[in-house]
Amino acid sequence: MVRKYLSRIYMAIIFIFLYAPIIVLAVFSFNESKSRGNWTGFTLKWYVELFHDMDIRSAFYYTILIAITSAIISTLLGTIAAIGINSMKGKMKSIMLNVNYLPVVNPDIVTGISLMILYISFNIRFGFKTVLISHIVFNTPYVILSILPKLRQLDVHMTEAAMDLGATPIYALRKVILPEIKPGIITGFLMAFTLSVDDFIISYFTKGEGVTNLSIVIYSMARRGVRPTINALSTIMLTVVLLLMILINKRSNGVEKSKKKRKSEVM
Amino acid sequence: MKDRTKYFAYPYQVWMIIFILFPCFLVLLYSITTKESNGLTTIQFTLENFKKFFAPLYMNILWDSIFLAAISTAICLLLGYPAAYIISKTHLSIRNTLLFLCILPMWMNMLLRTYAWMTILGNNGILNNLFEFFGLPRVNMLYTRGATVMGMVYNFLPFMILPIYTALSKMDTGILEAADDLGANKYIKFRKVILPLSMPGVISGIVMVFMPAVSTFIIPQLLGGNKSMMVGNLIEKLFILNGDWNFGSAISIIMMIIILISMSIMNKFDVDKEGGARLW
Repeated sequence: MVRKYLSRIYMAIIFIFLYAPIIVLAVFSFNESKSRGNWTGFTLKWYVELFHDMDIRSAFYYTILIAITSAIISTLLGTIAAIGINSMKGKMKSIMLNVNYLPVVNPDIVTGISLMILYISFNIRFGFKTVLISHIVFNTPYVILSILPKLRQLDVHMTEAAMDLGATPIYALRKVILPEIKPGIITGFLMAFTLSVDDFIISYFTKGEGVTNLSIVIYSMARRGVRPTINALSTIMLTVVLLLMILINKRSNGVEKSKKKRKSEVM
Repeated sequence: MKDRTKYFAYPYQVWMIIFILFPCFLVLLYSITTKESNGLTTIQFTLENFKKFFAPLYMNILWDSIFLAAISTAICLLLGYPAAYIISKTHLSIRNTLLFLCILPMWMNMLLRTYAWMTILGNNGILNNLFEFFGLPRVNMLYTRGATVMGMVYNFLPFMILPIYTALSKMDTGILEAADDLGANKYIKFRKVILPLSMPGVISGIVMVFMPAVSTFIIPQLLGGNKSMMVGNLIEKLFILNGDWNFGSAISIIMMIIILISMSIMNKFDVDKEGGARLW
């Protein structure tokens, strides 16, 4: 009994530690005073001001634009590549997998500077394009890694059966393989999107004039003092993420339940 | 079908050569050439950049980074193991919620969370205000090495909890019952059965915390002030402020080697490859 309470207290302390800064940010987004650390009164003015803060608005716009574009492109590139890698054999396959693993294990700072050197060596102007390409470079490996396990589980005979029944390879791909690996593709896309939204280091080394993202704005503000509008924005973003996660959780639970139901009906 | 889909990998192969292999090659090239070589015709090879790094000044930075990262990893392990153990023992219905709560903070921008700690630890911060309220003296916490370690523990703790939890939850309960039947007490059961069986999770947790910790440059910059210069800060400074790409590249290569060594250690211990990958 004592142990049970001890473990509850322990978990409570861990979660307080994990959530303290988040709660602080959320609470101070409603703080009247600009100074951090002192509570002077409740206000919503930072939420109003958020819509007039041009720096943050443009950073937010680029963050989302780059995240969506890079997630879509790396999902397409990654899905095609994963199907290809899965049907490769021997040495070539392991080389592909290892090179694909490089951006995952390399420290972000090394990936960032290596891309920076690449762009400068080829006189590519820094800006939207360079950040986008860099994000695709580090997103795609994660997409491939989340699709490959699904492809491995795929029954080879299914595609063969489809083609024996007269499906063209492309038709079989579209109607048999893609539906089977869809969960992997969705996971890969979501992972690419969140990695891109959260990235600081790689964008920092590949950004150009006029193009920043939220992380970079926060970084440059952190030394001078972050505007409370950033607190407001992050509170909104966290609420959206929380709602999305709960929704996805509910949906996947629902899908599983209906699957189980269907199974029991078939039996 | 299988033979033909092989060609699907070709576009990505070209992509990887241009954007993964070639940039790495460029870093390597910069690390072994002199600053004066500015074209293929005047290229000059040297090992001077690597030699420079072995000067006491830079070696201290390297050891300091490894030291701070190791301490953070150890604290993460001490805090994370009990947490993972407790989660794995809870009822299935709340287990998922607890895991979800462990992952959720990672969805918030890492810079923001680190910045929030500046608000908490600062000289006029929340903790110091609390101290004053209780009549305690104010403590200088921000811009210390302790703050850097705390920031790393905070940011990377979930990376420790999740793999250990995975290893613990996959454990065969039959083995635990067998230990009970054979008369093992709780302490022996933990030391002789549970701990060894959870080792793969512990190892991947250690590597997953150590790798980002040793290469971070945001956390020491925001929380450590100028007190703790880590390898990441050094690389950033050399590239952005000093423009010394050759030396910066040499340090990057050294860092890549450290990471590759810790990866190969993990691969040796981690029999079940899914353990690490599941986190991502």
